[in-house]
Amino acid sequence: MTSLLTCKEFLQELNDYLDDVVDVQLRRHIEAHITECPNCFVILDTTKKTIQVYKGVQPQVLPEDVHARLMRAVERRQTAKKPAASP
Amino acid sequence: MPATTEAGVFDESGLVARARDGDSGAFNELVNRYSRKIYRLAKHITQNDEDAEDVLQETFLKAYEHLNGFQGQSKFYTWIVRIAVNESLMKLRKRKSDRTVPLDEPLDTGEDTVVREIAVWDENPEQKYSREELAQILDEAVQGLKPVFRTVFVLRDIEELSTEEAAEALGISVPAVKSRLLRARLQLREKLSRFFKRKGDDVFAYL
Repeated sequence: MTSLLTCKEFLQELNDYLDDVVDVQLRRHIEAHITECPNCFVILDTTKKTIQVYKGVQPQVLPEDVHARLMRAVERRQTAKKPAASP
Repeated sequence: MPATTEAGVFDESGLVARARDGDSGAFNELVNRYSRKIYRLAKHITQNDEDAEDVLQETFLKAYEHLNGFQGQSKFYTWIVRIAVNESLMKLRKRKSDRTVPLDEPLDTGEDTVVREIAVWDENPEQKYSREELAQILDEAVQGLKPVFRTVFVLRDIEELSTEEAAEALGISVPAVKSRLLRARLQLREKLSRFFKRKGDDVFAYL
């Protein structure tokens, strides 16, 4: 079966394709589309890279003073009020 | 070996149960486990250090107060993410007191997922910049998104929640998460193209 995917349909499926949740047949149609459509190939590639660069960012360290203030606030609350034990 | 979830954290239902029974040490362990992620999430949504710290504290204090209401049907992390997102959005609303930032803002049907920039990027575009420069570029791009898109992107692609978890944390439907994520990703792609495109290429080279 030949691919009948338009560029617009490709865009609608882009997310699921990137998240790897499309079925085999749709995957084939998408891959057929990008081999024929250089623009959509570029969109796919650069969107993939967009996600990758964000995933590569390490979580920032929680500043020590922020962490210390958080723990103090939690301790104050714990002293003030013990949660009721579950039945 | 203790059981691990796909996120690589130890199964923590026992820890949550102990915290619920009033074990301060167990609750503190949960705080230590997630404070960094909650802070990052709050900072991404509020874009402000002071607000992020307030959100961080409020999130864990509320979690402590309402621990008995946490039924354990969802993951503890998803549950506190929901608290943190609500607190963060409240901060945004307060800051722009004249403009509300509703999470359920009506969206048009996605016609503005128009792609304008079609340029090839470098193979490893992030290597063109120092870590600090890259962090700034990425932060500013996220900052440029509307809160409805920014929040979904942060949950899905930075905090790596599943579509279902993000929907649960935001109190919106799975299709809404999907359509907002698509628009967020495409808008970020446009913004980053300016920095990451291969020199010498232009839009017309591939048309």
